[in-house]
Amino acid sequence: MLAKGLAQIGACGLFLVQILRALPRSLRYLRETVRQVFFVGAMSLTIIMICGLFVGMVLGLQLYHTLSIFGGTAALGTVVALSLYRELGPVVTALLFAGRAGTSITAEIGLMRATDQLDAMEMMAVDPLAYVVAPRFLAGVIAMPLLACVFNALGIFGAHLVGVNWLGLDSGTFWSNMTSGVDVWTDVMNGVWKSAVFGAVCTLIATFQGYTTPPTSEGVAYATTRTVVFSSIATLAIDFVMTAFLM
Amino acid sequence: MRAFPAVRGSGKVADPDESDSMNVATGQQDEILIRIRGLHTVLNGKTIFDGVDLDIPRGRVTGIMGPSGTGKTTLLRHITGQLAPDAGEILVAGKSVWKLDREALFELREKIGYLFQNSALLTDFSVFENVAFPLRQHMKLPEELVRNIVFTKLQAVGLRGAAQLMPSELSGGMIRRVALARAIVRDPMLIIYDEPFVGLDPIALNQIVKLIRTLNDTLRVTAILVAHEFSAVRRVADHIHLLAGGKIVADGAPETLARGATPWTRQFFSGEADGPVPFHYPAPDYARQLGLSA
Amino acid sequence: MAQRHSFQVGTGLFILLGFAALAYLATQTTSLANYRQGPSYDIVARFTNIGQLKLRAPVKVAGVRVGSVAGIALEPDKLDARVTLSIDDRYDKIPDDSSASIFTSGLLGDQYVALQPGGSPTNFKGGDEVVLTQSSMQLEELIGKYLVGGDAAKPKSPDAAASGDKKE
Repeated sequence: MLAKGLAQIGACGLFLVQILRALPRSLRYLRETVRQVFFVGAMSLTIIMICGLFVGMVLGLQLYHTLSIFGGTAALGTVVALSLYRELGPVVTALLFAGRAGTSITAEIGLMRATDQLDAMEMMAVDPLAYVVAPRFLAGVIAMPLLACVFNALGIFGAHLVGVNWLGLDSGTFWSNMTSGVDVWTDVMNGVWKSAVFGAVCTLIATFQGYTTPPTSEGVAYATTRTVVFSSIATLAIDFVMTAFLM
Repeated sequence: MRAFPAVRGSGKVADPDESDSMNVATGQQDEILIRIRGLHTVLNGKTIFDGVDLDIPRGRVTGIMGPSGTGKTTLLRHITGQLAPDAGEILVAGKSVWKLDREALFELREKIGYLFQNSALLTDFSVFENVAFPLRQHMKLPEELVRNIVFTKLQAVGLRGAAQLMPSELSGGMIRRVALARAIVRDPMLIIYDEPFVGLDPIALNQIVKLIRTLNDTLRVTAILVAHEFSAVRRVADHIHLLAGGKIVADGAPETLARGATPWTRQFFSGEADGPVPFHYPAPDYARQLGLSA
Repeated sequence: MAQRHSFQVGTGLFILLGFAALAYLATQTTSLANYRQGPSYDIVARFTNIGQLKLRAPVKVAGVRVGSVAGIALEPDKLDARVTLSIDDRYDKIPDDSSASIFTSGLLGDQYVALQPGGSPTNFKGGDEVVLTQSSMQLEELIGKYLVGGDAAKPKSPDAAASGDKKE
């Protein structure tokens, strides 16, 4: 079991090396990358925006009640913004991304494998790593931070809605505390770097699972499940490591 | 290059530098395009090839037949450099496939049209884009020219009207024909048909047979045809190799083979259930396994 | 072709939206928003203890933000803190006898500088010094006073004594 897990991680790492080597060649397929940014990014916007809004609202509600115990409701904006930018935004976006875009990447590549489309590309002298895998990988790295930013913006909006419009917190206090407590580089950009890494990891796992899936419908189904499970675990584990180093 | 076709001796391996334009050249019927020597392959502990020697002449349709599971598709994967054999040499147009680097291998594959068993159309492109795919990937052609080439090929397979459909909207026979159009879109020197007749109704099957024959008659393209429907293969193939038990067990023109008297050909072409290809998968003694013998 | 075009438009819109969100987060919700003040003038205030006051902390009059803390330094000879307050130019009617205090927003919130308007007819202008200041209230000192008794905790500075007096 352990040996199998290690072998998977090792194979995944080698796959990453192959992708990175194929990246220069995939620049010829820029149009394909653009298409993939649309599929993994733009198509995930709806779920990201809705979830961002609700996460922001529930944060506003929960933290307002907790902070009111200490008489610190003025800090609501700061606390919401910091928890969103540093943790919840990148992590929840990555988890949603794994479920929404990761699974479809795995299923798509897995079916291409099962229906010989990858072999057909090989035979047409088109490298599937450069044409299929690398554009999706790039798209994930590009799309994830942008999705996380949209998530955060909607989250702030949701928290403002609950804290200011419903619970009656002063709007000026909400914003001025946030602006004095949040820093661009240590908070906002920290989250952006994190989500870029999550984007790379999630799409790496999704493409790897799809690319190496046994070419049967059962194999594709398992690979899709593994994508979600492994992406979630990897996201949270890497989040801890990165937080420990970036703090 | 057409200037000195007669210089080449028959049976001689083609000069790699001059092989490019040979697909339309005539008068070299006996020249060997693919030469396989001493091929040995073991897959998952099962011996697939046990010393296969095979020559595929230029400009002809060569049929490779054999019972299921004898490694016909594996042989094609060896020839196209998708799967490495354990031993043996494979020369395609004078180049040893397994000594080529990736660039050279891709260069070789650009000259090969491959019709996959399940057609392998790219599902998120339309029929037109599928056929245009090899052109777009390897040549910077003006859109006008791409259109003309693609429509010419689609016309040849009778599907010009279906150009804007998606693969999911086509029937099995039409998909096969689109895949055929894609395989020939760059006028390859070699076309490989992997089980082109499987799962087709008689009409679609006859359409494919006709297309393969027409292609060879008009363009003199070298073709390898892997199939096990003898009735269809005998109508297109110039020469048939029968593969069984890891070896070439018989070869010859279709009519000679059909009359042939070796146990292999008799069993295969008349479809007997038992014979040199055993009905039973290797197993321990039946009585012992049932616990009947003392 | 039209299909291919719509992908590019969609991707373009998505990337635009993403960067708009990033720009919004970076400029509107962070300390960058505080830089976005127009022209300002600096005044100086000395405190014996600034507690947890940080750079860019807000300066408020009657609870409204009028500027921010632009610099904190130690006076080498007097050993007290010299805080530079950067006040927006549009708030140029602050009397020059106003006093400055360091307060905490809420019980545990951030600290800020509050200006209590005085009655002088002349107003602060760049380079002026706030004469009347009241240092940060140290929670520990207050607790210490209550535990040990009023006279035991010897006031270390006049303003600390003032706050102590108020409590007793």
